[in-house]
Amino acid sequence: MDIVAAHNLVKEYGIITAVNNVSFSISPGECFGFLGPNGAGKTTVMRIISCFLPPTSGTVTVFGVDVTREPSAIKSRLGVMPQEDNLDPDLSVLENLIVYARYFDIPKKTSIPLANDLLAFAELQDRGKMNIKELSGGMKRRLMLARSLVNTPELLILDEPTTGLDPHSRRAVWDKLNQLKFRNTTLLLTTHYMEEAEQLCDRVAIMDAGRVVTIDTPQNLMTEHGGNLENVYLKLTGRNLAD
Amino acid sequence: MRISRAWRVLQRHWTVYTKLYKSSFALNFVEPVLYLVAMGMGLGVFVKDINGQSYIKFIGPGIIASSSMFAAVYECTYGTYIRMTFQKTFDAILATPVNIDDLTAAELVWAAVKSVIYGLTIMIVVAAFGLIDSWLVILTVPFIFLCGLIFAEVSMITTALVPGIDSFSYFYTLFMTPLFLFSGIFFPVDTLPKAVAGLAWFTPLYHLVNICRSFSAGHVTPVLGSIAWITIVAAALAPVPFRLMRRRVIE
Repeated sequence: MDIVAAHNLVKEYGIITAVNNVSFSISPGECFGFLGPNGAGKTTVMRIISCFLPPTSGTVTVFGVDVTREPSAIKSRLGVMPQEDNLDPDLSVLENLIVYARYFDIPKKTSIPLANDLLAFAELQDRGKMNIKELSGGMKRRLMLARSLVNTPELLILDEPTTGLDPHSRRAVWDKLNQLKFRNTTLLLTTHYMEEAEQLCDRVAIMDAGRVVTIDTPQNLMTEHGGNLENVYLKLTGRNLAD
Repeated sequence: MRISRAWRVLQRHWTVYTKLYKSSFALNFVEPVLYLVAMGMGLGVFVKDINGQSYIKFIGPGIIASSSMFAAVYECTYGTYIRMTFQKTFDAILATPVNIDDLTAAELVWAAVKSVIYGLTIMIVVAAFGLIDSWLVILTVPFIFLCGLIFAEVSMITTALVPGIDSFSYFYTLFMTPLFLFSGIFFPVDTLPKAVAGLAWFTPLYHLVNICRSFSAGHVTPVLGSIAWITIVAAALAPVPFRLMRRRVIE
């Protein structure tokens, strides 16, 4: 069974069509990437899959359940790492994880050791008592990743997980995501970095102006269109290097 | 809406509150004490007794009502708005099984709980000034809660509609300040022209002031109408913030 399946998905905001008749499916254990310029509709697709926005038309199922039917049941099995930092600034690093776990009905007895494990995974084990504003950008991203894992999600949704990070922090996040892949977590991510897509994704969907232009493995795309993934991307999204 | 999920959000607010209150709790006492000293002891010397009560005794219970009102209003205007927009706390919570209705319910109830926390605190201050005659004053708590809910609902409606945080100044200047001045805290509203006095009856603070003053003096019967008013309005308004927040947050 597909973890995510979208059929003829459309999302309109007033007169703007952000997502225009998009279909795709994601298999268990796969790492699936959405590439595309700003405004291509990637984030909107992510927000629909995370049951945050209802589709205008078409269907999206996650774990075989329609997103409009039982969002809370779906969300209990999802991990979401959004683009912007939305850590709770009123809470410490450790409290962020424990309070977040509570939303998933995980009692303190379980969540305290779990939170400590996750801090170790995110290499933040010495930072538990710190305030959120004392963390660097890279640490915040890692804490967001740790937080998205409190419910041991079957599907992890990452919206531009490494945007704005320095190369070391980016590598650190990739390293963590590879560990999750190894544990068979299904990953769904958006990115602007072709290197990131090549490193992590089994398949990519290239989006432009609300439509999916193509879906394939990075290897096949490069063989078919020639050059590296960036050349393929620029060719398919209608932007030539010369422009 | 599911209570178990709303409860999780209430727990979050409680965790944050108990973490921060130590540094701000003493401040809660400052404002009511200032009002009691300035208005009650200062101005009160020049004011004749109102309905047989000294001026400071007249305003004491009203200060309990207004402090609890402002607690709920701050929570569901600036508090909710900051969590919703700048801190994006709502986005984070909505990625969990909690949905927008659970979240709205928790925001409203938390504001009402804060009304009670502030109301009780100020009650202690007013009692310490020797301005409360009857233990019946404890019975105001459920009405402070209900009235807190009304203020939370009105504030949340505003929050769901404002284009930006600066717009709250309209709400405070055009709604909260008149409410504070003309709800019978500082003078009986029937001294005003009939039309204005009649207007006060439609505001929640007027009824809460009534209840606080009456219970502090040990009377219950004169405020049965106010009790009914608060209960009905709290229930009747409830669906509106839910609908508007759904629209605001889910675009």
